[in-house]
Amino acid sequence: MRELSFTVAAREGLAEEMARDETVFVVGEGIGERGGNFNTTVGLYELYGPERLRDTPIVERGFVGMCTGAAMTGTRPVVDFMFLDFILDAMGELINQTAKIQYMSSGRLTMPIVLRGCIGIGGASATHHSGNYYPIFAHLPGFRVALPSTPRDAKGLLKTAIRSDDPVLFLEHKSLLNTKGPVPDADADELIPFGRAAVRRAGGDVTVVALCLMVNRTLEAAADLAHDGIAVEVIDPRTVAPLDVDTILESVRKTGRLLIVDEDFAPAGIGAEISAQVTERAFDELDAPIRRLNGLQTPVPYSPPLEAALVPTRERIAAAIRDLVAE
Amino acid sequence: MHAAAEVADHTGLELDKNRLLALYREMLLIRRTEEQLARSYQKGDIPGACHTYVGQEAVAVGVCARLRRDDVVFSTHRGHGHALAKGVPPREVMAELFGRATGCSRGRGGSMHLFSPEVGLMGTTGIVGPNILQATGAGYSFRLLKNARVSVGFFGDGAVNNGAFHEGLNLAAIWDLPVLYVCENNLYATEVAFGAATRNTDVAERARGYGMAGVAVDGNDVLAVAAAAEEAVRRARAGDGPTLLECRTYRTRPHAEGMRDGGYRTPAEVDDWKRRDPIAALRARLLGSGTADEEEFAAVDAEITAIVADALRFATDSPYPDPATATAHIYSDG
Ligand SMILES: Cc1ncc(C[n+]2csc(CCOP(=O)(O)OP(=O)(O)O)c2C)c(N)n1
Repeated sequence: MRELSFTVAAREGLAEEMARDETVFVVGEGIGERGGNFNTTVGLYELYGPERLRDTPIVERGFVGMCTGAAMTGTRPVVDFMFLDFILDAMGELINQTAKIQYMSSGRLTMPIVLRGCIGIGGASATHHSGNYYPIFAHLPGFRVALPSTPRDAKGLLKTAIRSDDPVLFLEHKSLLNTKGPVPDADADELIPFGRAAVRRAGGDVTVVALCLMVNRTLEAAADLAHDGIAVEVIDPRTVAPLDVDTILESVRKTGRLLIVDEDFAPAGIGAEISAQVTERAFDELDAPIRRLNGLQTPVPYSPPLEAALVPTRERIAAAIRDLVAE
Repeated sequence: MHAAAEVADHTGLELDKNRLLALYREMLLIRRTEEQLARSYQKGDIPGACHTYVGQEAVAVGVCARLRRDDVVFSTHRGHGHALAKGVPPREVMAELFGRATGCSRGRGGSMHLFSPEVGLMGTTGIVGPNILQATGAGYSFRLLKNARVSVGFFGDGAVNNGAFHEGLNLAAIWDLPVLYVCENNLYATEVAFGAATRNTDVAERARGYGMAGVAVDGNDVLAVAAAAEEAVRRARAGDGPTLLECRTYRTRPHAEGMRDGGYRTPAEVDDWKRRDPIAALRARLLGSGTADEEEFAAVDAEITAIVADALRFATDSPYPDPATATAHIYSDG
């Protein structure tokens, strides 16, 4: 299989969908001729011109509301926020309008809109360019939330997102953008379904659910622990709304132990939800309390040593797994 | 008091007798439906909010008379009039306010969330502002799809100091989108006088700041509204861009049913506007010009009375939605 970077793979997915369906258009700041701050649209303006690669003024609320109206009337907008942090200016539109209109119209209107942006802590981006925010959207009825961790998933999940008639948050961790991995040929037209977790590594001693960038870190930690005879099963949910709890339960029934690793905050987060659901459905099969390892709950600081203090590392993940296995 | 700026006159709109009577009929349908809703509210038959459109009928009717069925309307919390004028059956409006399964939103919406995409009513809204942006987006779709449809956003004076107004109008102007922005300036947002909310109470004049056409009309004159809308719709369909149309009008009932209506305006002011009633004005005009006679108006009145009575019966007799469907339609697959 070809090796592509995360960014190139996602861009290929967007390009394929734009070629396939001429109602798909992109809006954002610098996504036209410039090709996007994160190279999300390089080469597409030349093919599709300004109406489908629409550079906007700096009006996040405005273009989200506009794209909500567009999605109700026959087109399929892809909103490129650059940094997801900028979505916060549009939260009223998203929560009160975008996510609710299918329901309020009793299913007679659809809402095919993709909201994409870069997330994550790293690179001394500081607090206005490091947000994760996905638990907010997973909490609310109406949204789908995709958190790809590999180039193949980035492409396949983005294609699914664009073809979906629901509002989809498609979130790309900045530290994943240049990572490489195998991606099927363009003519494979691979769509990765929502709500289906991937088992990234099989193992019988402990289950670790890891999100987004944490999948890679956990796989590194799992490789380290294998030398000590600890067999870790690593699960990547790929989407947190819908959340594939069945795959997690199947693993927990085998291992009896569960750790959830998430760069985002612990309180009211995805790990809390997974923990609650597993406890409700498989309490008797647990051999130890469910553990979480999260980023610290704080605005993100700038200085590298402060920033690094926030995020679970390979070593901290390995230590958390050891502790859990020893319970 | 409305701003002193020049109000466009409406010479030039040629309408035959049938169309003139249709305007009258539509306005009367809204008035009688609203009056029935107010009575039903007082009886306790409407479980939620009810903002009536009484006094402003000429705006919805004048604008929607110039639209095609496949043009779209994005309305406000005060949206019953827009819904009826766009063609939502009175039965479905009434049943929705009664919370019934047969309502235009199947009981999910009530007064502030009327949806009927089949006739181009893309929603009323409980939040002031977003519909301006959505109307802009429909304009974007129509431009991209090259289909010559037009999008209309209705909103009150209360919305024009909100960021959605600024962002939406600016986007439509830079891309020449086929959108008609209709500000129904009824002088108050709930109980806040427009003059207390802005230094410049001339809404139409703001269009110049965005580089788009701006027109102010007497919003109680349905022919003036229709003429201005005709020009704006023509401009939009021709690809010549959006228009801001300020219709100067007044709501003669309280902000919402069940609210007191004192303190912020005087009874004399309300009475003064009641004398400028848009429905009575059109009737007097058509009688005066000999276009229609008393008998014809009596026939329309009887027809509307029967339609509203039928809508009420329909709403009262309709079932409530099945509680098992409370979470249906959150997502497109069910
Ligand atoms: C964002 C938001 N803030 C506050 C409200 C509460 N509210 C409902 S109607 C209204 C006044 C609206 O005035 P205007 O837009 O002039 O319309 P009118 O009621 O006069 O028709 C307010 C403040 C709301 N619905 N949405």
